[in-house]
Amino acid sequence: MCGKGFVMIHQYKLGGYNIVLDTFSGSVHIVDEVAYDIIEMYENSSDSEIIEAITAKYPEVTEQDVLDTIKDIHELKNQGKLFSEDEYADKAFDFKNRHTEIKALCLHVAHTCNLNCEYCFAGQGKYHGEQAVMSFETGKRALDFLVENSGSRVNLEVDFFGGEPLMNFDVVKQLVAYARSIEKDKGKNFRFTLTTNGVLLDDEVTEFANKECHNVVLSLDGRKEVHDRLRKTINGKGSYDTIVPKFREFVKKRGDKGYYVRGTYTHNNTDFYNDIMHMADLGFTELSMEPVVCSPSDPYALTDEDFPVLCEQYEKLAVEMLRREKEGKPITFYHYMIDLEGGPCIYKRISGCGSGTEYLAVTPWGELFPCHQFVNDPKYSMGDIWKGITNTALRDEFKMCNAYARKECAECWAKLYCSGGCAANAYHATGSISGVYDYGCRLFKKRIECAIMIKTAEAIEDMGDADK
Amino acid sequence: MKRIVTIKTRDMKESVKHGGCGECQTSCQSACKTSCGVANQKCEKCGKKD
Repeated sequence: MCGKGFVMIHQYKLGGYNIVLDTFSGSVHIVDEVAYDIIEMYENSSDSEIIEAITAKYPEVTEQDVLDTIKDIHELKNQGKLFSEDEYADKAFDFKNRHTEIKALCLHVAHTCNLNCEYCFAGQGKYHGEQAVMSFETGKRALDFLVENSGSRVNLEVDFFGGEPLMNFDVVKQLVAYARSIEKDKGKNFRFTLTTNGVLLDDEVTEFANKECHNVVLSLDGRKEVHDRLRKTINGKGSYDTIVPKFREFVKKRGDKGYYVRGTYTHNNTDFYNDIMHMADLGFTELSMEPVVCSPSDPYALTDEDFPVLCEQYEKLAVEMLRREKEGKPITFYHYMIDLEGGPCIYKRISGCGSGTEYLAVTPWGELFPCHQFVNDPKYSMGDIWKGITNTALRDEFKMCNAYARKECAECWAKLYCSGGCAANAYHATGSISGVYDYGCRLFKKRIECAIMIKTAEAIEDMGDADK
Repeated sequence: MKRIVTIKTRDMKESVKHGGCGECQTSCQSACKTSCGVANQKCEKCGKKD
């Protein structure tokens, strides 16, 4: 069910707030208990049925009061802020014929790693293939390929990824120098990201990253015992003591430039709130923590029994973040970053993550894959940086991965926040990129509810300040 | 309104008219790299027009 005439409301209670989301307008309302119940009944009940039910449940509420609230709901509906209709479904299907420019590359500069993390989706950095590092010539061609295929897009993103990209740091430096040498003439602006486990982080890397990298992602799973359990050196020792002092030094010198300390939680640490707090206690403020993606048979895979615990952790985190903000010591959590006023337009919200279309992964030998999660899966080889995308059927399949592509998403209130979700997760969970990774969806929805609750609390606080 | 407070949000339907420039960040870059979402992406044009 979708298309014109279809409306979708999501109501939930969290952190002491009654929140009503209007999916298709993106509007967020905070309501009291009475309005919450009236909105719930609004579509399928007459005014007299609503009055009867509400005055019975809330004896102090008058008939006129209920009518006034119904009138307010009418008004919001007329303004397109409540019960607004789906006007986007047809636009989603236009994506089949859209021309897509490439604007981001995940450059696999090193298919090798100096850690041996048990849960590594990339098979200890080798992506289930041979060890390899990217040559400067291949990387240079990848950057040229990006520029050539980026059309009128100005901002181009390049992520130095691995394996461990610092195991090929000389090439990383040369590639950045090359990109900087061409960007002005080509009318482009390169934004580099470095994702590192920190083992090789030193003064030279720090200076380089602070000068050239728009964002740096530092991998840390949290508490020492949690981190060391899965993130081990080649000799089987924990890596926490090696990397944490380096990360602290790095962040101290980072100034106001972007970084994330990013962890992965598993069945072993379903109390991941404590890991995030540990990161905060170490002095890191920009934090990200992801659920592990692995086979259900892995010993650290998340289970159904874990799910309510995880939800509790997300709620606890949201409340703690608000507390820290009030204290003037805020932390940022990547999944709670939501900009209700300056967030993405509807095209972005519908069109998906861009994997296989706007975003590609490049192997050390120049082969193209839809994203880093598909690398070395022969079914997902898309071409190479010399000939371009030759598997156009696959690209077309990815073009159709959007918020309206999956029947399971039809009645999901969160589809314009996730845009249909991660194709790789869907593939690994169901065997198809147009499948649905249900566990991930449920976690995603929980995170969005928490993120919006935080924004709601902040907005109420601001309104209070404005009234003073 | 007595019982309803509406938070200021971007008008999605208005963004149909002016959106789609494509200059925004790719959704799954780095800090995520496993659980794609678009909600936390910033609009490169916001502040200029919807």
